[in-house]
Amino acid sequence: MTKILPRKDVVIVGLGWTGAILAHELTEQGLDVLAIERGPWRDTATDFNIGYVQDELRYGIRRDLFLQPRVEAMTMRNNLSQTALPMRDYGSFLPGNGVGGAGVHWNGHTWRFWDSDFRIKSHLTERYGAAKFDGLQLQDWGVTGEEMEPFYDKFEYLAGISGKAGNIKGRIQEGGNPFEDSRARDYPLPPMQMSYAPSLFADAARKLGYHPFPTPSANLSKAYINPLGIAMGECTLCGFCERFGCANYSKASAQTTILPVLMKKKNFELRTDSEVLRIDLDGSGKMAKGVTYVDTSDEEYFQPADMVLLCAYGLHNVRLLLLSGIGKPYDPNSGEGAVGRNYCYQTNAGMQVFFDDKNFNPFIASGALGQTVDDFNGDAFDHGSVNFVGGAGINCIPTNGRPIAMRPVPPGTPRWGAKWKAATAQAYKSTMTYSSQGSSYPTQGNYLDLDPTYSDRFGRPLLRITFDFPDNDLKMSDYVSDRMEDIAKALGGRQYNGARRKKGWDSVPYQSTHNTGGAIMGTDPKTSVVNRYLQNWDVSNLFVIGASAFAHNAGKNPTGTVGALAFIAADAIRTKYLRNPGAPLVSA
Amino acid sequence: MSELCPKRLSRRRFLSSVALTVLAGSAGPVLARSYVGGNLPWTSYAADPPRQVMPGGWKFFTEQEARTIEAIADRMIPPDGLSIGGKEAGCAVYLDRQLAGSYGNSSRLYTQGPFLPGLPTQGYQGADNPAQIYRKGLAAIDTYLKQNKGGKAFADLSPNEQDAFLTDLEAGKIKLDNDVDGKALFNVILGSIMEGFFADPVYGGNKDMASWKMIGFPGARYDYRDHVSKFNETYPHPPISIASQPFWAEK
Repeated sequence: MTKILPRKDVVIVGLGWTGAILAHELTEQGLDVLAIERGPWRDTATDFNIGYVQDELRYGIRRDLFLQPRVEAMTMRNNLSQTALPMRDYGSFLPGNGVGGAGVHWNGHTWRFWDSDFRIKSHLTERYGAAKFDGLQLQDWGVTGEEMEPFYDKFEYLAGISGKAGNIKGRIQEGGNPFEDSRARDYPLPPMQMSYAPSLFADAARKLGYHPFPTPSANLSKAYINPLGIAMGECTLCGFCERFGCANYSKASAQTTILPVLMKKKNFELRTDSEVLRIDLDGSGKMAKGVTYVDTSDEEYFQPADMVLLCAYGLHNVRLLLLSGIGKPYDPNSGEGAVGRNYCYQTNAGMQVFFDDKNFNPFIASGALGQTVDDFNGDAFDHGSVNFVGGAGINCIPTNGRPIAMRPVPPGTPRWGAKWKAATAQAYKSTMTYSSQGSSYPTQGNYLDLDPTYSDRFGRPLLRITFDFPDNDLKMSDYVSDRMEDIAKALGGRQYNGARRKKGWDSVPYQSTHNTGGAIMGTDPKTSVVNRYLQNWDVSNLFVIGASAFAHNAGKNPTGTVGALAFIAADAIRTKYLRNPGAPLVSA
Repeated sequence: MSELCPKRLSRRRFLSSVALTVLAGSAGPVLARSYVGGNLPWTSYAADPPRQVMPGGWKFFTEQEARTIEAIADRMIPPDGLSIGGKEAGCAVYLDRQLAGSYGNSSRLYTQGPFLPGLPTQGYQGADNPAQIYRKGLAAIDTYLKQNKGGKAFADLSPNEQDAFLTDLEAGKIKLDNDVDGKALFNVILGSIMEGFFADPVYGGNKDMASWKMIGFPGARYDYRDHVSKFNETYPHPPISIASQPFWAEK
């Protein structure tokens, strides 16, 4: 029997970055807000304890902080001709779990997308003609870079991002990224103290005429007190960022930037270890009544609310929409329907350079401590003479020296025995790695829907991912891999070994937890799920917030844009929606 | 990793009986909690440290299996001037405890059927968990060697014979009984042995931080700010583990 609980003004599904931002903003507005979180409560002193958090086996290999496939798995296939099978263990990407979400165990690369990203179809058509991106399902996002700017700024100051602006009010700044679009002011903190490998990488890149700059980082270069009055610490470069919680209060997360204020508010409640099963609609199908969830006693509850904010991981947002029967599911054969449309990923490639005479001390590292070259990213370079659109950042960000996973050896080395040992002992400290992080553009055949065969512990269908790297993106990645080889040659090591991106997305080796799209924002309800304020087109008291709203993915990490979109939604709710609750903010 | 952290479960169970009354009427032992504004949630003994694995006895392996794994560990990571071997480092102890727990029984993975043959891009699709893979795999190795190596077990072969067998297993040249995929088995074993050798010693392998000393990894240190600008200079301090530093015991 479903237990019916007292009504709330707002129910938020998931308390990660976006849920915490929305909860803070809307409780400031005086609303009574409840967040329902599938995973446990987690906090720095107890769960990311300085005495034992540096445990690669537990957190890096067994992934103690992540969503376990037993709780929710997903199925995958590369194209429509294949039968999707469950990823029995997550590999290629690792969704978060618990309070703080994936924001607990991210590396901290904090980027803005380009102005041209938000109007990508218009921009590329104007510059090259629409034939240039034939076969790609590119769409404008419905916002402009100028409109995004103040919200990016808000997120960067909330999180204490450490970096150097490259373009303030149209003026190029020495030492920053000369290709970035105009911003109102510099980052709140200066860049981190640069380590050895990125410094060498930057020298080599400069020799080739490129423009390296310090990667903007959510690992803090200095102590900081954010606009909410929460104090954060200076990063100590321990090299346990991605897959780990920060024990030092020096990586921005909901825990270190919002929760100390939010959790004290009388008009905020958090329920943990409680999984939302669906969003319930009223008889008209146009308004959400609330959500149904189950806690760990398997008891089912109905939580009525005036507004529902879907703030789970992007892929979970899409699945919950599909499970709730909200919106028209996307059909890859006709290209019609919106929910599940424009699923994108990240097109990455790698490079190792082996030296004889260098000691990089790879363990002296931080998740986002490094240098980036954006000369071949986005539309920063003219694509007139190349046969693709998009690009990639080239990042030398040696995030760690954790030895179970980080043991480079030159190609041809045996995988075990005396020769393997000798090569490992030599190469561990003397190998430089860098990589390209490329854009991922939508196609008609890449999409998300519900799996017809496999289900979760409640009998609900799993999400099915149908994805392969589009030819356009592979051409792009090859082009940038050539540039990475140029840098390798300029570095002058003993040998180098590049790993190029190939057709056939493989769900096993880790690549990136940058899954985007499926509930995208846009200007047309036929081809998007939410409007420019992240409000659902079909159910106007429902907002769907996260990377699920990206109409494509850029050659940039998504968190900065996710944070900015959360602030856009919060601002729209506070300044527009609440004046006339239940009304669409954009007429379809 | 609940096998390492029995305390956590009992703690959460205990908490549930007190904290859960907030969700009025919820019955039975539950982990779900409600936090209503007022203070940051905090409870005594909420931290969840790992427990030191102690050598001695086998929790999963039979004596024969353990002998085989120790011998394999010593060929994959042979003792030499760079470090002790995989056997002395405790790789088999590490693996034994892992197989006796949530790694061995795949309790955190998705294990619902149907089990269908998949494409390489879809990852492991077998129904066997690691405990079953090791039990069947080590038995199949025994059977193969008995039939082809004059009745000898792996541990009784010469180092050269052992290396030759492992090389063939890695290359997929050995046909094992019971439909055991030798190449896949080799990869599972290699992964486990390396984990044991390079993981924190708290898990039973990497004795005295042997692997960390070999490569120069300082372990569970957390502040390198004084060395970040010392380009190309060897970090001067020895490694430390979660469980202890060797010099603590020397007092």
